[in-house]
Amino acid sequence: MGQTLTEKLIARACGRDAVTPGELVTCKVDLAMMHDSGGPRRVKPMLERLGARIWDPDRVVVITDHYVPATDDDSREIVATARDWVKTAGVRHFHDSIGICHVVLAEQGHLRPGIFAVGGDSHSPTGGAFGCYMFGIGATEMLGVLVTGEIWLRVPQTIRLEWTGHLAHGLSAKDMMLAMCARLGMDGGRYQSIEYAGPTVRALGMQERMTLSNMAAELGAQAGIVEADQTTRAFLAAAGVASVDIESWQGDADAVPAELHRFDANALAPQAAAPHSPANSAAVTDHGVVPMHVAYIGACTGAKLVDLRMAAEVLRGRRVAAGMRLLVGPATAQDEAQARTEGTLGALLQAGAELLPNACGACAGYGAWRFEAGTRVIASTARNFKGRMGSSSAEIWLGSPYTVAAAAVTGHLTDPRLLLDRASGIVDRGN
Amino acid sequence: MGKAWVFEGSIDTDMLAPGPYMKFGIEEIARHCLEALDPNFASRVRPGDVVIGPRNFGLGSSREQAPAALRHLGVAAVLAPSFSGLFYRNAINVGQLVLECPAADSIRNEDDIEIDAASGQVFNRTTGSIIACAPVPPHLLAMVKAGGLLPWLEQRIERGELQTR
Ligand code: SF4
Repeated sequence: MGQTLTEKLIARACGRDAVTPGELVTCKVDLAMMHDSGGPRRVKPMLERLGARIWDPDRVVVITDHYVPATDDDSREIVATARDWVKTAGVRHFHDSIGICHVVLAEQGHLRPGIFAVGGDSHSPTGGAFGCYMFGIGATEMLGVLVTGEIWLRVPQTIRLEWTGHLAHGLSAKDMMLAMCARLGMDGGRYQSIEYAGPTVRALGMQERMTLSNMAAELGAQAGIVEADQTTRAFLAAAGVASVDIESWQGDADAVPAELHRFDANALAPQAAAPHSPANSAAVTDHGVVPMHVAYIGACTGAKLVDLRMAAEVLRGRRVAAGMRLLVGPATAQDEAQARTEGTLGALLQAGAELLPNACGACAGYGAWRFEAGTRVIASTARNFKGRMGSSSAEIWLGSPYTVAAAAVTGHLTDPRLLLDRASGIVDRGN
Repeated sequence: MGKAWVFEGSIDTDMLAPGPYMKFGIEEIARHCLEALDPNFASRVRPGDVVIGPRNFGLGSSREQAPAALRHLGVAAVLAPSFSGLFYRNAINVGQLVLECPAADSIRNEDDIEIDAASGQVFNRTTGSIIACAPVPPHLLAMVKAGGLLPWLEQRIERGELQTR
């Protein structure tokens, strides 16, 4: 019997020909990513206590995004610690205030098929979109990686989520994801490895694949992988990565996953998740008329260039409804610059959007952007847990960028297909 | 032995370590641990008490302040039918004992609980019943007993098992 891609990736990292689900193995880490919140400010004192240095500074990437721009002394100190520490630790790969870690990591060409990576953030499975094994860990476990260059792992089972059919205009990876959350639940991933597969997935651009991998976290999986192909190669070439091996990193045709779930894109309608769980997803039209106060295009999950384009497609030539606020925080400075050049950003701003920094912003609920009691928000983010974005009586709904933009225009939950001109063509999913 | 604190529904990392307090140290975060579900928990829980939770306990973010807040409050163990994988790893790493117990929901609030971590046996002294839990693998239990990954690494360095360059 052949091996799944998950098993091949882990076998290479632990120096074996093959591995079996359930085995405990120790893997060598190719890449460790940290952000300002869980990174230097937490690992620095622990490294000092141990008197240890990091095993390989060139395999470490530090990105500031949670507490930037700093709004108070505590935040300033956290960010300053990151800036100082990378210098003393000799970490060259430091991306300061240029965007949200998971999106920056991809954009800057740090990910590639075949690698084994960890990140100090729960949405680290995002990296799996590049055909690598990447998962999230806490700060103390990151310390262990920084000192030893290794991490233990129970070889996960492979859960294959297979999509067939065509994603119609007005639908996106986010809708696929919310539908999977509704069907499988937030522990459907059982801390195993999800592999997204099938023609619908292969037709997606990299940033859309990243949305799927990102929200493997919401399915409770350890990783969420998409096999690399020419789309991966083209994205990495644009990010400055010259040669990429995709052939070695494909699952065997006769590999048998532990679970297989099939989904039909032809039958998919735009989805929205009611508070306070992504698993509370259903077709937008099944929720009825739900008035909204704030529409938020943000986060690593829902504010990449491709997401901004979707929102702009709905908002172009329209205005945000009276009494409604539209917040847009482009995921990275690079995506924002491209959106500005091509007119995507202009369409959003002309519709009345307020521009937020290229950072986690309201998604983390850490800083200045927090929603008041009783506010009803529809967001393109990943998570709508009670109290996450501010008051525990704030109601957070989740939807695709199309759906968030449609609510911004009408002031209530709306099927975005009603606002999309069928003749206007399809958003460029090439990113 | 300690008193059981039973929580139902869904418990995520934002409830255990709420975002607005994340910029502070563990003392301040722990003061707000689970306040969305029980505003008195942090002030009333006593060292040795046991938290009983729902399945997929600790889902959400990678912040290890979630288990660290419980440990800071002196919680002897968290018992739940299942844990979020990330929370489970973090708990071990910060030295917080967690036990998977399919029948955790048989425990009532304020029951008097005693735990034998090595065997995975939980004694409910209020009802006289024994609840079987999955034992923690020995090498992970050793890490919890050492106080977490950091002191465990310290011990390995002292024994010369690990080079720190
Ligand atoms: S944008 Fe939100 S989900 Fe993404 S890394 Fe930041 S806080 Fe986490």
